[in-house]
Amino acid sequence: MKGGGFKIYAVAYLIFLYAPIILLPIFAFNNAAIIAFPLSGFTTKWFQALWAEPALWNAAKNSLIVGVSTSILSTALGVFAARASTRYNFPGKGGILGMIMLPLVLPEIILAVALLVLLLGIGVPLSMFTVTLGHVLVCTPFSIAILSAAFQSLDRSLEEASYDLGENAVTTFWLVILPLVMPGIISSLLITFTISLDEFIMAFFLAGTESTLPVYIFSQFRFPQAVPVIMALGTILVLLSITLLSIAEYFRRRGIARTGGKDTGGFL
Amino acid sequence: MIKIGLQAEGTTESLGGTMAQGRLQRRILNPEAINGLKMISPTALYATLLLAVPLFLIFLYSFLTDGYLTIERIPTFGNYVETWTSPVFEKVLMRSLGVSMAVTAATVLAAFPMAYFVSFYVEPSKKSIWLFLITIPFWTSYLIRVFLWLVILGYNGVINSTLMGLGVITEPITAILYNANSVVITLAHAYAPFAILPIFVALEKIDRSLLEAGRDLGESPLMTFVRVTLPLALPGVVSAIMIVFIPTIGDYVTPSLLGGPEGKMVANLVQLQYLKLDNYPMGSATAVSSMAMVGIALIVGFAQSKLFRRVYGAFIGYSNAGLSILAALAAVLISFGACIVVGVVASGAFFAIVLAVAIGHIALLIWLKSQESKA
Repeated sequence: MKGGGFKIYAVAYLIFLYAPIILLPIFAFNNAAIIAFPLSGFTTKWFQALWAEPALWNAAKNSLIVGVSTSILSTALGVFAARASTRYNFPGKGGILGMIMLPLVLPEIILAVALLVLLLGIGVPLSMFTVTLGHVLVCTPFSIAILSAAFQSLDRSLEEASYDLGENAVTTFWLVILPLVMPGIISSLLITFTISLDEFIMAFFLAGTESTLPVYIFSQFRFPQAVPVIMALGTILVLLSITLLSIAEYFRRRGIARTGGKDTGGFL
Repeated sequence: MIKIGLQAEGTTESLGGTMAQGRLQRRILNPEAINGLKMISPTALYATLLLAVPLFLIFLYSFLTDGYLTIERIPTFGNYVETWTSPVFEKVLMRSLGVSMAVTAATVLAAFPMAYFVSFYVEPSKKSIWLFLITIPFWTSYLIRVFLWLVILGYNGVINSTLMGLGVITEPITAILYNANSVVITLAHAYAPFAILPIFVALEKIDRSLLEAGRDLGESPLMTFVRVTLPLALPGVVSAIMIVFIPTIGDYVTPSLLGGPEGKMVANLVQLQYLKLDNYPMGSATAVSSMAMVGIALIVGFAQSKLFRRVYGAFIGYSNAGLSILAALAAVLISFGACIVVGVVASGAFFAIVLAVAIGHIALLIWLKSQESKA
């Protein structure tokens, strides 16, 4: 391959990117209560300790509920926006889309305190429901980015053919467009679930007395003796995330191939 | 996100100047516009209710008075006066700006060769694998990744134990934990994909025949890069700067885990005021003020880079776009660095200096523009 120097740089960069993730399982299986070198033997006791943490299981259940609700809601909202932005021209399009995509660049803490002020102002008690509201706000822009790629590569003539064959707008969407962008939708569901599962700030501000997995993890960092168990939990979460993302990537590519588009690579 | 930004360019204007009413009708009442607006309305409604309204609310709250248990509806500028005269806020905001700038510079500089490699040297069929590998760490366990930097940078950490094992150092290095340095390293790691992707997208858009043309006209590879590739990649670099700079300034997790007392940032202050002190008006004023500073910093940066491009262009000739961009970037970094150094040394003067620089730049730009139009 050309660009030898660049390739060495790229590999070094990847090592830098993956360094913490590679360390994670090392400490999860390390037989020592302190997270430091040198290592002192292999153990699976930190994984076994996971079973005996009721607070963790409660947090995991919360995360699962929030994650599933978030992924469905934000993907539904993403479908509307992505379809509108790729198929129609309308006044104020730039402004409206800009506002919807804003959470991508705004610091999350600003979004979180803004939502907190609103929710407490109108008297909504903090719960997993309010966390979901926040997560949908954060996840929708990602969903739109993924789905826009899927809708973009859609061939307009397929839609026209469906109209010519006597279908109306709703049935055309249901029978022609939706199956074609289905891989994009699955990809969006999986990625928004992954983001929600990992999101901390919104949950930290909006969860009230309950906690999600990241909030639980953050609270455990204060206790040094709890950290090896967190490393074990983290290992499981990273494996889960990578699996979900790989499936999402598979569907994203299949979707683009199905609609005949050119793969420009990447989710964004 | 880049694609969205590009798509979002205005609506198709109808040609031919007929009656204003007719145009209005075509723009707003044509079936396509109606369908489009209907289609986007659920998402737009959600974003309005849970994003635009709350953001407006914190702006409003920042002008209210804090009672002990309630918020009193007495309008005041007191929160802003208190925020901007508080030495703690000044110190924290300055540190945040400094950290964010360092992170932005480090990530964008490191990301460019990576994006360049993936765009120019990787086979098209393998590009998405590379991008996938780059984005994976970004989406996995942010909290735990940040925590593991403690392990890497710590007293008995990976770096210290390796260097001591090799005999390079005899005492563990303590300068890389619980201060601004460790925050910079960790954030530069966390935001790397955010910098790589926009630059990659911009590089992918470059028509490769332009590079061949450059070579055919007798430019060296380096000069082709500087005069063709770099100017065309600039939009990507600019969005990378925005996408890294704005969120990093409000990062909460990294400074609270790795910052120690000397590495706290704006988000920690906001969190303290909202959740610990329960003073929403002050918290709001702090949040609004820091976002305003981010806005000003970005305006100064862009005005400055435009300015230096012009000045440099006047000396060298406008054809040398790439070199003038490099000069402009260097100038921006140097003057931002100078601002921060001055701010640290003579802390009180910091805001005045930044504001003066901003106003000065914009005035100079306007003046240059007017001179240009005269000529």
